[in-house]
Amino acid sequence: MRAALLADSAWTDATVKLGNSLGAIAVFLGILLAIFFAAGRATGRFGRPLAVLVFLGPAVVLLVIGLIAPLIRTVYLSFRSDDSTRFVGGKNYGWALTTDSIHQVLLNTALWLVVAPLAATALGLVLALLVERMKRQAVYKSLIFMPMAVSLVGAGIIWKFVYEARDPSQQQIGLLSQLAIRLGWSHPPNWILSHPLNNFLLMAVMVWVQTGFAMVVLSAAIKAIPDEVTEAARLDGARGLQLFWFVTVPMIRTTLVVVLTTVMITTLKAFDIIRTMTGGNFGTQVLANEMYSQSFEQYNIGRGSTLAVILFLAVLPLVAYNIVQLRKERETR
Amino acid sequence: MSDAAMPTSGPTPKAQPTPKTQPTPKASSAPKTGPARPGVKAVRSSFSGPLASVFVIAVTVLWTIPTFGLLATSLRPKEAVASSGWWEVFVHPDMILSNYHTVLFEGGFGVSGGLMPYLVNSLAISVPATVFPLVLSAMAAYALAWVRFKGSDTVFFVIFALQVVPLQMALIPLLQLFSGGAHLGSVTVLPALDLGGTYVPVWLAHTMFALPLATFLLHNFISQLPRDLMEAAVVDGASHFKIFRSIVLPLCTPALASFAIFEFLWVWNDLLVALTFAGGTPEAAPMTVRLAQLSGSFGGRWELLTAGAFLSLIVPLIVFFSLQRYFVRGLLAGSVKG
Repeated sequence: MRAALLADSAWTDATVKLGNSLGAIAVFLGILLAIFFAAGRATGRFGRPLAVLVFLGPAVVLLVIGLIAPLIRTVYLSFRSDDSTRFVGGKNYGWALTTDSIHQVLLNTALWLVVAPLAATALGLVLALLVERMKRQAVYKSLIFMPMAVSLVGAGIIWKFVYEARDPSQQQIGLLSQLAIRLGWSHPPNWILSHPLNNFLLMAVMVWVQTGFAMVVLSAAIKAIPDEVTEAARLDGARGLQLFWFVTVPMIRTTLVVVLTTVMITTLKAFDIIRTMTGGNFGTQVLANEMYSQSFEQYNIGRGSTLAVILFLAVLPLVAYNIVQLRKERETR
Repeated sequence: MSDAAMPTSGPTPKAQPTPKTQPTPKASSAPKTGPARPGVKAVRSSFSGPLASVFVIAVTVLWTIPTFGLLATSLRPKEAVASSGWWEVFVHPDMILSNYHTVLFEGGFGVSGGLMPYLVNSLAISVPATVFPLVLSAMAAYALAWVRFKGSDTVFFVIFALQVVPLQMALIPLLQLFSGGAHLGSVTVLPALDLGGTYVPVWLAHTMFALPLATFLLHNFISQLPRDLMEAAVVDGASHFKIFRSIVLPLCTPALASFAIFEFLWVWNDLLVALTFAGGTPEAAPMTVRLAQLSGSFGGRWELLTAGAFLSLIVPLIVFFSLQRYFVRGLLAGSVKG
């Protein structure tokens, strides 16, 4: 009876909320249509500037408020104390570079940045080569790509369950412990708590998510290699691995770099996996999650802003390089 | 040239307004190349054979099993989950749905109320947070592509360059703005908005953060529309507003659909923006926020946590398996977002 009542109020709540949400869309579109109608009647020399204002104005205003001004303010806040009242110069940066706990964070982040993207790209490349020859390749591709669709929070929970460990005397409910015991390891560790192994176990989640992306992109790049190139190399006697290393890989080098940097950017900014699986404890903290904890849990605005700036500086060259490579790739095709 | 080979380039100029007529390869949106291509075949043949197939199948199984384990656990009774691994379902296949009812309406995580409000919040956040940036960026992209004015190239470049800014750089000031307003000296530029517990901050934040990528992608597409068509419309006396509504939007449907699907799932799966701007209360927080909280704080009730997690996964999975073509294209195009 109580459950039924709860369910009832839950449905009422849902109706109100979804109604609000749809109402907001209706109001938004209604205002736009009204403005379009009014502005569409303006003719003559005001027509053009008015069109620019109406079409571009909202986006520009939102970008200035939402990205450009905050960008500047975050840099400003990083030079101020944690309550933002005093100018402290480079003190926050000194803190970030000299504190032991932050060293651990930066080290973990660097490790993530190297291991997860390389593993995902390499595995994706191998799969891209192998899967083409198989029957029903669409099925394999879909299933390997599927983790890309789910949230990193979901992925974190899925794998936290895989890594769930109990005392060896009990029945295991986590897949990894069960496998380890079956393979003859009588006392497997509590995976999530074992440093530094836990870092790699968390990276495995990122590899699980990103491999499908690497596979699909690289597979398309391999298909786009002109036949004449491979054919010529074949006539020259290149075979198997030789053909792969000296023809296929150089031909898709740009795409490989794009995939690698793209996964790196994602890895650097992702904090969901850490947050869901360990909360940054047991020596698994990374930069993105530390930034969040400093800013919004400990309210150290100065330090949080500093870490955000460091993250930005780390991402910047990767993104710039990624975009340059992407342009190159588009020109050569 | 394939879409998949160029992640941030968006729809190719060749992409037709009616993609349904093209052959649809499953996971890859790359065009099918003819039946036998000797070159590619040569490379492939050296990587084929039973070992290769075994490897691919092994990876596929490994990639699928964790999600299957989650689903299986969510369907098992409490006692079974606590006492044995989910693989026991192959021996004792007793499945129930009551975990889902419990987790949706009753809770059982030491809190009153279930996940239902959070699931509703996810939907109520995602739909507007998809529509707003989609419409605004299509408008901006049209102006930048077809209503040329002095400085339009600069504006486009700045919007393009804003893609490199990580969300983390904007969170603190934006949150301060929403909760405290904006002040220049003692002059209040923007008053503090009392938006706590509503969706408005999350909608706004998602809209702002989506604009650079969306404008860039849609600009790629809209600027490729045939010039003759646009000029003919102008000669006929159509205003920019009329052209936008009756020519640009209909012709852009594939690009809009790809981006809409990408953005919807991005928002649905997002944790960072929601955690920062929605808080953790049932009034506004989405599933991801609640699940991350539960995953950290509770011990033992795996049958409920797995059911909750699967509820949040089901929407992306349905979208993925039903709209795979659009999904893959949109996702590849947006892979460096935020």
